[in-house]
Amino acid sequence: MNIDWAALGSVFGVSLVTTVALVGLFTLGIVGLSKSAPPAGAGTTGTGSVAVARTGAYVCFGLCLAAVSYGIYMIVA
Amino acid sequence: MEHLTLLLAIVIVTALVFDFTNGFHDTANAMATTISTGALKPKTAVAMSAVLNLVGAFLSVEVAKTISGGLINEQGIRTEVIFAALVGAILWNLFTWLLGLPSSSSHALFGGLIGATLMSVGTSGVNGGVVVTKVLLPALAAPLVAGLAAMLATRLTYRIGRNTDEKATAKGYRAGQIASAGLVSLAHGTNDAQKTMGVITLALVTGGVLAPGSNPPLWVIVSAGVAIALGTYLGGWRIIRTMGKGLTDLRPQQGFAAQTSAATVILASSHLGFSLSTTQSCSGAVMGAGLGRKGGVVRWSTATRMFIAWGLTLPAAGLVAAGAEFLTGQGPWGIAATAALLVLLSAVIWFASRRQPVDHTNVNGADESADADGPAGIVAAAVAAVTPPPVTGPASEIAATIPAPGTGTSDPTTEPARPAAV
Repeated sequence: MNIDWAALGSVFGVSLVTTVALVGLFTLGIVGLSKSAPPAGAGTTGTGSVAVARTGAYVCFGLCLAAVSYGIYMIVA
Repeated sequence: MEHLTLLLAIVIVTALVFDFTNGFHDTANAMATTISTGALKPKTAVAMSAVLNLVGAFLSVEVAKTISGGLINEQGIRTEVIFAALVGAILWNLFTWLLGLPSSSSHALFGGLIGATLMSVGTSGVNGGVVVTKVLLPALAAPLVAGLAAMLATRLTYRIGRNTDEKATAKGYRAGQIASAGLVSLAHGTNDAQKTMGVITLALVTGGVLAPGSNPPLWVIVSAGVAIALGTYLGGWRIIRTMGKGLTDLRPQQGFAAQTSAATVILASSHLGFSLSTTQSCSGAVMGAGLGRKGGVVRWSTATRMFIAWGLTLPAAGLVAAGAEFLTGQGPWGIAATAALLVLLSAVIWFASRRQPVDHTNVNGADESADADGPAGIVAAAVAAVTPPPVTGPASEIAATIPAPGTGTSDPTTEPARPAAV
């Protein structure tokens, strides 16, 4: 019986890092989008920072999309 | 020769039935959290999962070379052994479904193969070491890995999003969750439909219809894909309810974190050479997400029953399969008797399930208790969320008819309503 500790360890590490990174990115994206549609009365936010938040959000979502595509690629390949 | 082809036909049908139970047993993995957080309507969710399972079955060209991953010596395996193994796996799948417990279909198949092989050729046919590395260790590792990842991810998402309005962001999380769930479904179709194709192909090879080492014929691929998709569409609502509602109460953030963790673990594990069970990863992820939210609770009574079921999967399926193998060894009448018993026991389990039907209308289980409690419902639900659900009338009836592992069989319909978001 030989247990492949290296494989188990890498599954552990990769899963942990990827999950946390993806969820973090996606959350940043959602936060960014919700900032770009501020509730009435948030007059202090300039249009510039809204644009930045929105762009950042789309970058985050784009990265998540790339990860999903890579996931599909792994399933197919 | 005629006898042989009849046996083969029975094995193929049984394998497709197993594939079908595999589908509806595992719908929960992809869709339980999606349904419980309201990301998708129940029927839409299972339909989407079914389509992705079907697609997944055709996606991979990698043929399941071995059905047991080296657990048993597949050289010179007899067709009867495969049949007996399938009988054990199907009955265990149906039984755990009746109890609403998520358990690994692959482990049920492994258990069946081990039991039938032990009965057929003795201990020489089974690789004990592989049982530890392929079944026992992953069973411990899967929920830990997925749970830890989901817990940290849940913490992180609550931390980053702490200044946002929960209602405004819920839609986004639900969309993300659907994507993760889709990946899980696709991966499931690829892996598990392949497994059935492998079983049927092996049966055809042992029956002398196919040359050893040949690829599964197209009709095998199509029928396996369709069987798993149909099973998925039927939806194992009992298990979906346990996973989506019974273990913990999930909000969209948590559902998203759990499903993403599950998808990542499944893909990472199958591509880094240390396969983890889909079911166990998903259950672990759900529990981890439950623990990750401040004030989140995991209902350990339900979780404990689930763990017991995991531990019993291998021996129970093995025992049934060994019995089936013993019976089939008695000659053609034994095979007929085994087939008849399989149909009979399946029917019994199905009728038992009708006493407490769970389907897409009550899968989220909020309706009854909320109605009964009236205006006090929110308080009652909040209390119920921290205490294990009580055993009530119809449930104890079931528990009395079917000796359950762990007698605390709780009634799924009295599962508490999701406490209102505060």
